[in-house]
Amino acid sequence: MAIPGLPIAKPIEGEAPASYARVTPAQWTEAARLVHESGARLVALWGADRRDAAGAFSVYAAYATSEGITVLDLHLASAEESYPDLSGLFPCASRMQRAVHDLLGLVAEGATDLRPWLRHGAWRPHDHPLRRDFDPDAFRANAIESYPFVRVEGDGVHEIAVGPIHAGVIEPGHFRFSVVGEKVLRLEERLGYAHKGIERRFGDFTLAEGYRLAGRCSGDSTVAYAWAYAQAAESVLAIVVPPRARWLRALMLEAERIANHLGDLGALGNDAAFGFALAQFSRLREDWLRACDGFCGHRLMMDRVVPGGVAADIDADAAGAIAARADSIEKEAREMREIFDEHSGMQDRFINTGRVTPELAKRLGLVGLAGRASGQALDLRVDFPVEPYSRLQVRKVVHAGGDVAARVRVRFDELFESLRLVRAILDSMPAGGTRVELPEPRSGAFGVGWIEGWRGEVFVAIEAGEGGRIRRAHAHDPSWQNWPLVEHAIMGNIVPDFPLINKSFNLSYSGPDL
Amino acid sequence: MIPILLKSLRTGIVTQPSPAAREEWRVRAAQVNDQILKLLGRALVIREVDAGSCNGCELEVNALSNPYYNLEGLGIRLAASPRHADMLLVTGPVTKNMEEPLRIAYAAMPEPKLVVALGDCARDGGIFGASYATCGGASKVVPVDVVVPGCPPPPLAILEGILAAVRTQGG
Repeated sequence: MAIPGLPIAKPIEGEAPASYARVTPAQWTEAARLVHESGARLVALWGADRRDAAGAFSVYAAYATSEGITVLDLHLASAEESYPDLSGLFPCASRMQRAVHDLLGLVAEGATDLRPWLRHGAWRPHDHPLRRDFDPDAFRANAIESYPFVRVEGDGVHEIAVGPIHAGVIEPGHFRFSVVGEKVLRLEERLGYAHKGIERRFGDFTLAEGYRLAGRCSGDSTVAYAWAYAQAAESVLAIVVPPRARWLRALMLEAERIANHLGDLGALGNDAAFGFALAQFSRLREDWLRACDGFCGHRLMMDRVVPGGVAADIDADAAGAIAARADSIEKEAREMREIFDEHSGMQDRFINTGRVTPELAKRLGLVGLAGRASGQALDLRVDFPVEPYSRLQVRKVVHAGGDVAARVRVRFDELFESLRLVRAILDSMPAGGTRVELPEPRSGAFGVGWIEGWRGEVFVAIEAGEGGRIRRAHAHDPSWQNWPLVEHAIMGNIVPDFPLINKSFNLSYSGPDL
Repeated sequence: MIPILLKSLRTGIVTQPSPAAREEWRVRAAQVNDQILKLLGRALVIREVDAGSCNGCELEVNALSNPYYNLEGLGIRLAASPRHADMLLVTGPVTKNMEEPLRIAYAAMPEPKLVVALGDCARDGGIFGASYATCGGASKVVPVDVVVPGCPPPPLAILEGILAAVRTQGG
């Protein structure tokens, strides 16, 4: 996107449509205003300690415009530790900026919420793990600090604290509800419990190895992460992967979408007290995972998408088995959809519950599956299709309802579309090699990857270092954007509907906690 | 209602036989098996704690409840409170941010307590290792009886590990 008065963005080599521009603080703010005015959105915000190479810190913002992704690289002045806030225009920037502060010590000047986000007390306020001079052994105390939740005052208002360990087998996080009777006035999320130091850990790997770590940012989206990472690595290395590898990647990405949608549909039925749905869909999910295992040797397809191609191939027998399984799942899922649609008790729980209007979704930047259930017609497979999507005419599923029912509908529709895509991919898969050798990366080379996972867009940026190592890698989960909308979706609903609403988004904790 | 009943009838029972315990995954001498068996027979209550996993292990623990593995059919139940649990099933490298919650959950369990470290991360930190943000495995924080390797371990392996923790050799 050409932004008047700003440096022309240079294209970034690679599969994802991307460009890069270095900006000053004034241009950073002006670009944000222009991007916001054009209706485009902020995808990711992160920082890097470049004091050894460039004498200063960098802060990056990745915007999605009508032409693709534009990465703005704000080179701060030497010794400067603040940069202009973006959360005034893009509310989703707030938590990302708080994370940048915890990890790098850079302050978003003008931001109103400066509370820590990922730092709970495992390191001191003036230590910053992504700084090159950070000493991991300097502090061992791990003194959990108290966190100033926003208080709701009033007659009869009380708080319900939930987590970090939740009742079910789910990820850790804390929810603070302010309620009157059963009605939720406000929910505040406190996340970061799954913070594993992934961004610093990337520095221990080479570009060729890092896909394994990327594929474990959020296990339920391992294919999406590994593909986004591979795209970014291939962008750094300026290499192109064989056609068959791209088709196999798409096969696995759609297989991952099918597995997650099957699991969620069962869990959503269960959260509406319809255990039959869980029994049926969890059985179908298991059938599908076994089919995935049969083709690539891993139920979740971890470590099968690698820089340079894929570490899996499919023969005619395995392809036949997957296609047959796709057929049987489609038939059963259609039966289940009828049962769902005609079950008035369940529909009563779904309809009007946890509504996010399209206006709110647009203003706060809701993305992915939940975004498409609130009228946000964004799907990278359609908007910026790479091969094979460019040949498959993917149907973009959009509903405007914005409630749990709409998020269930999007899942059913996308499930059937992905089953169609799997069969179409198997029918037209080109022959040939599946992997190319990786050249040595050029130190300082920068690349990005951008993939529509089942939950939403996964974005990865990589800067290569010396000797093939990763100098800095950032992996962005769509849950960053969507978690704040869960706080809005629950408002005015009753406490017992929270599990249902939360499940209808099914966001990742590990992905954004990094 | 009729379509639901028909669907259930047509689906039938898909549950598989349960696997045997994998004794070689035990890292601590069996201490509490006899007590547990005497007290509870075949019943076992598990509190699962995600101590910062990537959520892959959670997907596979949840799969144990599907009709193929039918965990509850074996008398094993996943509980909401550690106060009701015989076993803590820990996943993830134990992040520093989950170190204290994990300790509290363990302390809240009644004696005798069993701990299964599930997956490569809970074993030794896995790919995340031990760092400024992670403890590097469940045994750094709570005493571990059985370690189940894998990333993530598939449901049958999880079941083999759970059974190894409660069964005496040959029992």
